[in-house]
Amino acid sequence: MNVVPISYYLVLSAILFGLGVVAFVFKRNIITIFMSIELMLNAVNLAFVAFARAHNQLDGLIFVFFVIVIAAAEAAVGLAIVITIAHNRRSLNVENVDLLKF
Amino acid sequence: MEFVAQHPILVVSLVKIVVLLFVLMTALAYLSWFERKVIAHIQSRWGPYYVGAHGLLQPLADGVKFLFKEDLTLPAADKVLYILSPFLALSLAMTTLALIPFGPATVYIFGQPTQLVVANVDVGLLFLFAITSIGVYGVALAGWSSNSKYSLLGGLRSSAQMISYEVSLTLSVVGVLLLAGSFNFNEIIEHQQGYFQYLPFIPRWNVFPQIVGFMCYFISAIAETNRAPFDLPEGETELVGGFHTEYSSFKFAMFFMAEYGNMITVSCLATILFFGGWLSPLPDSWTWQQYLPGVGLLLSALYLAYDTVRNMRGIGRIQLAVVTLLAGGIGLLCLLPGVAPVVLGPFWFLGKVFFIIFFYVWTRSTLPRMRYDQLMSFGWKLLLPVSLLNLVATALWIVVRHP
Amino acid sequence: MSIPFIMFFVFALVAVGAAIMLILAREPIHSALSLVLVMVALAALYLMLGAEFISAVQVIVYAGAVMVLFVFVIMLLNAGVEERTNFSHMAKYAGLPLAIFLLFGLAHWMAHSAIGATVANGAGAPSQAAVSTRELSTMLFQKYLFPFEATSILILIAILGALVLAKKGTE
Repeated sequence: MNVVPISYYLVLSAILFGLGVVAFVFKRNIITIFMSIELMLNAVNLAFVAFARAHNQLDGLIFVFFVIVIAAAEAAVGLAIVITIAHNRRSLNVENVDLLKF
Repeated sequence: MEFVAQHPILVVSLVKIVVLLFVLMTALAYLSWFERKVIAHIQSRWGPYYVGAHGLLQPLADGVKFLFKEDLTLPAADKVLYILSPFLALSLAMTTLALIPFGPATVYIFGQPTQLVVANVDVGLLFLFAITSIGVYGVALAGWSSNSKYSLLGGLRSSAQMISYEVSLTLSVVGVLLLAGSFNFNEIIEHQQGYFQYLPFIPRWNVFPQIVGFMCYFISAIAETNRAPFDLPEGETELVGGFHTEYSSFKFAMFFMAEYGNMITVSCLATILFFGGWLSPLPDSWTWQQYLPGVGLLLSALYLAYDTVRNMRGIGRIQLAVVTLLAGGIGLLCLLPGVAPVVLGPFWFLGKVFFIIFFYVWTRSTLPRMRYDQLMSFGWKLLLPVSLLNLVATALWIVVRHP
Repeated sequence: MSIPFIMFFVFALVAVGAAIMLILAREPIHSALSLVLVMVALAALYLMLGAEFISAVQVIVYAGAVMVLFVFVIMLLNAGVEERTNFSHMAKYAGLPLAIFLLFGLAHWMAHSAIGATVANGAGAPSQAAVSTRELSTMLFQKYLFPFEATSILILIAILGALVLAKKGTE
């Protein structure tokens, strides 16, 4: 029975990461930019799991565990900041948030 | 038949899925009948009584009503999400039942031996929680896509409640996991076999050592499935109707069915984790217990026959006679020596699930609704610490007993 | 074309399609839902790679809690339609080619790297070589105990930070 080579998973991870970067650069809603960061983290997770399978070690899976947990913490704090900015600037367009001091 | 020989697993799985879906849809419909009857009798009145014999055709009438109602489409709503959310809710509620094992026996479908479970996954419990986690989206998107203030607030409140109680739901189950040492449902049930050492008439079900865990689980489950007393986001007197205000006819029926489906899933999970699943409370050496399902059904057929002859008139008599014949027929079928041991596991399993669902309905008709802030503070400030303490105590006990 | 290949391509297409929908969606809520679809497709791929626990954790934590948080914030802030203003010239002329170069460059490099030639260890279905939760938890609590405890403190700090920010917003 043929098994899918690891390179397929890595190519998929690279494509998803690239799409995440594209979304990060071109979108202007703060929340969508945040979501593109999560997409990039997911692509990296896929690469970690693929490597864990390739080397038959569990360390990759532990890394994925930590990445998921830290992404959750980062999303919580980041969204709290986004809500504060949205209340202050009345807009979610990232081009309006361009002053260091309001 | 060649197709069957070449792809045995596929065909067997399809047969099991079809049977399970059929049974599930019937159970969902008649669960609404059961709930209305029980609530009515607790409130000293009869429930549905006129539609069929003893109201047995009421779910059919409700289904026809839902199909023929006008299907509203909101002009300003997000069409894709509006149509997607009831489908999502219902399909997720039905998917979880694929993981549940109904009995230990090996059944032969098309000559292929197979277990009484659609998908025997090694991490079954974790998958079940994963599917219920996604179920939050059905509610949240329903509230958002209706483009109405009441729906949005109701949807947000309901999904916030669901994700809050999901945490204590998952934590209250970890005590059972520590005791059993596996996520697989069959292994968790196998772990609960036998009787206690000094009390040989009490079966070794997880509810006895983990009573705190069971209570936390049950309360979290009631809140997770948005049932009373935690049904503030969807009660008719609160927030107009909650997240399904703007839904009509079949989409509303789908939310309805999804709620009952979630209820059945959570009860099945409680049975497996805490009440021993398909294990019987009687000792295994009493082999006559394999005739219990058949005898029970025959006795109920006798009672139904008595009721038909004494109390029913007209078309109700014919309907109840049909039900009597059905019950008698299935009872006789369960007495056959080939079928009896296979039916015993599902019989005990479904009996326990029935008892837990009865408890659910009993709670709904007895307790008043909790206010939303009381609900949230109860979940975060009481249930979560208690579940954590239960987990720590169980872990300590295991370390001390089995170093 | 055996079953594992077909399954891989189906899930990979779903993931890439959902990621493209995230870029092209006009409303943030559609982007959020496509991201959930990416995560679920990736969870299926983790299952194919034999990581059952990680796949379930991805769905429960990432798709079922973090993305619900995103959806909540979008609903609360009533994030409307993405504005279609003009891109800056730099973005149009230099950004898109750079992005395409990044995408295909990474993919090409991954496909031809040495590790990419390794076939998944253990021939046969992933379930034969699946990672058991017991091994994972042994490693987590023995070898990686310090990062585990540090992460728990980090989560506590994140909760406190979010609380402080939320309180400040309501003053």
